[in-house]
Amino acid sequence: MSIEVHDIVWKIGKKTIIDGISFEAPKGKMLGLLGPNGSGKTSLLRLIAGLKRPHSGKVTLDAQDIGTIGRRSVARRMAFVEQHATTNANLRVVDVVKLGRFPHRSIFSGWTPADEEAVEDALDRAGILEKRNDRWQSLSGGEKQRAHIARALAQSPSELILDEPTNHLDIQHQIGLMRLVSGLPITSIIALHDLNHAAMFCDRLIVLQKGRIVACGAPHEVLTEHLLKEVFSVEARVESSAYHARPHIQYLR
Amino acid sequence: MIASHHPRRQHVVFGVLLLASLAAIALVVGVSVGIGDLPIPLSTTFSAVTNRLGWTAVELNRIHETVIWDYRLSRALVAAFCGAGLALSGAIMQSLLRNPLAEPYVLGISAGASTGAVAVVILGIGAGAVSLSAGAFAGAFAAFFFVALLSNGTRGGADRTILAGVAASQMFNAATAYIVTTSGNAQQARDVMFWLLGSFGGVRWPEFALVSVIISLGLIACLFYARVLDAFAFGDEAASALGANVGQARIVLFALTAMMTATIVSMVGSIGFVGLVVPHAARFVVGPVHIRLLPACAVAGAIFMVLADVASRTLVPQQVLPIGVVTALVGVPFFSVILYRFQRAS
Repeated sequence: MSIEVHDIVWKIGKKTIIDGISFEAPKGKMLGLLGPNGSGKTSLLRLIAGLKRPHSGKVTLDAQDIGTIGRRSVARRMAFVEQHATTNANLRVVDVVKLGRFPHRSIFSGWTPADEEAVEDALDRAGILEKRNDRWQSLSGGEKQRAHIARALAQSPSELILDEPTNHLDIQHQIGLMRLVSGLPITSIIALHDLNHAAMFCDRLIVLQKGRIVACGAPHEVLTEHLLKEVFSVEARVESSAYHARPHIQYLR
Repeated sequence: MIASHHPRRQHVVFGVLLLASLAAIALVVGVSVGIGDLPIPLSTTFSAVTNRLGWTAVELNRIHETVIWDYRLSRALVAAFCGAGLALSGAIMQSLLRNPLAEPYVLGISAGASTGAVAVVILGIGAGAVSLSAGAFAGAFAAFFFVALLSNGTRGGADRTILAGVAASQMFNAATAYIVTTSGNAQQARDVMFWLLGSFGGVRWPEFALVSVIISLGLIACLFYARVLDAFAFGDEAASALGANVGQARIVLFALTAMMTATIVSMVGSIGFVGLVVPHAARFVVGPVHIRLLPACAVAGAIFMVLADVASRTLVPQQVLPIGVVTALVGVPFFSVILYRFQRAS
């Protein structure tokens, strides 16, 4: 188990956002995080990434409390793709992706062939090689998102945390991104809104509601008609897809 | 493979640019020294410097030598370091606060300095033992600590820091106005006004020694943080996720800019515009990556300030304009051209 979450609680003021969550992210697998708006997905991801400290409980990386590991050491193995991260600096795409090498470089170390290779590989995987010299302000929303993915990949992470990364992407790039992440030999935790995409690509799913886990397991165990009604308040029929054998959700009008 | 990725070639380019920059600053300083009521040829200035360094023994006019050494050279060099320091501080504030309108005085330093200065000049605090500069420096740091306290130390975000800076500036400016209107006579008010707009009159070698050490150390220290500043591009949280020690970086960089800015303000007054606009101009030319941006700001700020000082001494015959007036009068048209041209180019 690379990432383990032990009974964490996190509050904003008196409001409890994350209310006693525990789970393990299986090594090398893709874990989907589902839940309605405001269910605590983003907060949970920030806690997992060590950007916020839980009020109680702990997050561990290979059994070590993430709060006791230096930020740089965490960033060498764990990359985080935020929602809506933007900048007013007119950086080139390649400059943004190079930021991913930050935790791997000391103040005095120069730009190494290994750094260069990681950046080129990340640009290639994220499908933005030809955009490498484009300026940030000239990119579309989807291109910005792919630049963030490339930056995260350039960190050479063994754990990847993504907060609704398919927002702003067209369907081709949504599928492309899900395929890319599920094909990586690393542990990933990904917050998603598209339940069918979650069913198709994730190895395991966790469903949050009001800061608690209400379901977890393989997609076919989690995505039931009952859960869709209870948690997401939608009527739907769930079938096993003839094409990929994963659950396929059809929403009713 | 793009050429600039080649390390050795990068070093050569860097060396050439560094030498070219230093030569440009030296040339501008040399020209500045030559301009005034007593014109001095560039060659005389050059010989005076090499004489002093013991490299040559050229016979020179004693008056020329005195004017060069005792007045103009120290003044031009102080102007260069002040310009470099203000532009550098401005660039760091803009990056750290992620706000294109940020400038060196955004943390209330200039307002605090003015209160400190009038407290010494008008209220007579320190009973003559404390100089105007010392008072201004103390005031600048008082404002800085007030802002740090108000913005919740390092944990407050950029917007909170800016709001705290605005509040502190308003408060200290009001305190200055209060002291000037209730206690000052017309002459004192005029003196304070002049000092606030900035002047290189009266700066000599001791000032040069102080400002050159502070700004040089500041530049070197900031260059160590160049990559960290890059990591701040997408905000504090993104920088933290990349492994930057956000709290430490903010403390160190705020303290460095406060130190540089307070030193400059207490020495030559609060010269506006340079710290706001030179970083933008530099960014248009060399891009937003800090390892190139910070040295470019230092060089551009130095050259700009020396030229502004020349303009302040020559625009109106027989009169020296406050340098802050000139930086804006000369700077705005200059910046307009850059803004216009680069908007079309991109």
